[in-house]
Amino acid sequence: MATVAATRTPAVPVVERRTYAGLWSDAWWRIRRDKVTIAAAIVLFVLIALSLGADLFAEHVFRMKFEQQDLLGTYAAPTTQPLAYLLGSDEIGRSQVVRLLYGGRVSLAVGFLAGLVTLTIGVTVGLIAGYFRGRVDDLITWFITTLNSIPTIYLLIIFAGLFSPSPQTLIFVLGILIWPGVANFVRGQTFALREREFVTAARTVGATPARIMGKHILPNVMPLVIILAAIDIGVIILIESALSYLGLGITPPTPSWGNMLTNAAAYFVRAWWLVVSPGVMIFLTVLALYLLGDGLRDALDPRLKGTH
Amino acid sequence: MRRLLYAIPTLIGISIITFLIAHLSPGDPIRLYTFGDPNVRPADIERIRESLGLNKPLPIQYLDWVSRIVRGDFGSSIIYPGQSAAGLIVARMPASLQLAVVALVMSLVIGVPLGVLAALNRGKWIDQVVRVFGTVFQAVPAFWLGLILIIVFAVQLRVLPSQGMLTIGKDQWDLADRLKHILMPSFVLAVGGIALYSRIMRTETLEVIGQDYIRTARAKGLMEKTVIIVHAIRNALIPMVTALGGLLAGLISGALITEQVFTWPGVGQFTFQAAIAKDYPVVMAGVMISSVLLVASYLLRDVMYAFIDPRVKVS
Repeated sequence: MATVAATRTPAVPVVERRTYAGLWSDAWWRIRRDKVTIAAAIVLFVLIALSLGADLFAEHVFRMKFEQQDLLGTYAAPTTQPLAYLLGSDEIGRSQVVRLLYGGRVSLAVGFLAGLVTLTIGVTVGLIAGYFRGRVDDLITWFITTLNSIPTIYLLIIFAGLFSPSPQTLIFVLGILIWPGVANFVRGQTFALREREFVTAARTVGATPARIMGKHILPNVMPLVIILAAIDIGVIILIESALSYLGLGITPPTPSWGNMLTNAAAYFVRAWWLVVSPGVMIFLTVLALYLLGDGLRDALDPRLKGTH
Repeated sequence: MRRLLYAIPTLIGISIITFLIAHLSPGDPIRLYTFGDPNVRPADIERIRESLGLNKPLPIQYLDWVSRIVRGDFGSSIIYPGQSAAGLIVARMPASLQLAVVALVMSLVIGVPLGVLAALNRGKWIDQVVRVFGTVFQAVPAFWLGLILIIVFAVQLRVLPSQGMLTIGKDQWDLADRLKHILMPSFVLAVGGIALYSRIMRTETLEVIGQDYIRTARAKGLMEKTVIIVHAIRNALIPMVTALGGLLAGLISGALITEQVFTWPGVGQFTFQAAIAKDYPVVMAGVMISSVLLVASYLLRDVMYAFIDPRVKVS
């Protein structure tokens, strides 16, 4: 373990020599060298801080509430006078920048919570399928194949169109639709791990399947699963924004980055900047999540580098 | 052939999910017939219920429904009375297929050379640019990219139309006009594929270049161009077929949003409008038909894979 295994496609062939100091310590050592990942983490951190502090910024910096209208100041071009119109104002004179802050809160919350649902279901199902194999695995595989064969967005459209879900339901539904990726990964890993000596040892001393899965297999798959989840959160944020844009996700007056674009067609001629900013926010968030996911994966398991 | 049999349980699963969603969705289908008129007698409601088969137990209702959809009968549309739901969806398929095929060709024609170019110039600026674009294209929301393209090319520069398949009033075989209309939507739809293909192609080309037979080819004095095109690219293309599955899923799924942004009269846009209008038969027809298309394209991929790579046996 002293030498990092040769990667399939190293950008620059590197030979790192360092004594093995544990998974997390080694990973941290690699991350600190990876400027892109550090930058992605900082961007993500700033975005989270901005949306968490939305109330403070709205009250003290921009002095405008997100639902506050000003019919005399519609379609204002970006300006510093007043500061609330830093990124312009929309068709009823609401501050674009303040609405972006609150929209971020919604989009990020949906992303992270739905990611959590994905993680919970995916890990549980994957462990069960991989550990018990046989009939159980067949059934789960069948279900996953089925779910993968229905275009995701169609499923969401029928769900959202027919049920008009609340944000809570939306989080749940998004989570339920994205989990197969995580489940497949965990299932594959469990297949391999259950044959290892330490699992056999645990079984010999009489550990229950639940204990073996939870105490012995789970800790071994968790690091990479969390990273998969980071990328899934990006996917979820993209899907949520598209749904909200279509008017089926987060519905106004609650702003989300997606539904701020619902009226985009009306902005085309009068205020194109209103179309630009929400998209840039979505893009930055998702990009940061992807890069962070990639970077963390390379750090935790350098053998996987370049395979994705 | 056994592959075909594997598809059957998947199709059964899809039909169960579609049926359950439609069944569980709120709103009494009876209301769509009575319009909630309080003067409708309970006996009449019972009669409608019976004529629709809603008084039977759920599994029987499901079997009834499946036996009808197998014959292509999804019932008639609620919004367009008298028109069959399946017929309405099928009528929108040519438009969707056009868009998907053009997008697929675009992803291949742009993505593959980019990947090869990046691999051959590993570590140089071309490689960096391609990799950055690959990541950026994956993170950009497609519908937003569509909106931005409309603002730039349709509103500001006025060089491309922002919606529809053709200019109304023009000859419908005016190819130049059609090309102009399909350019933006197909590019937006292809963006994910371009990103994916350039990434995979880069990895695969690098992998192949390191193989012994490439060294042999070089050693026997073949021109570098021949080595790359005949030996390297051809072999690097094999794994691309596997990626085709995900790409097709993306094309079918992503088409719904792209079609909506560009008012492209395809299956996705129509299904979406039907979902908004709660036109259940059309929605179910739309979902079932696109899912079947997806399963079929997965099958096609597996067959192609076996065809291209003799090491794989279809079993």
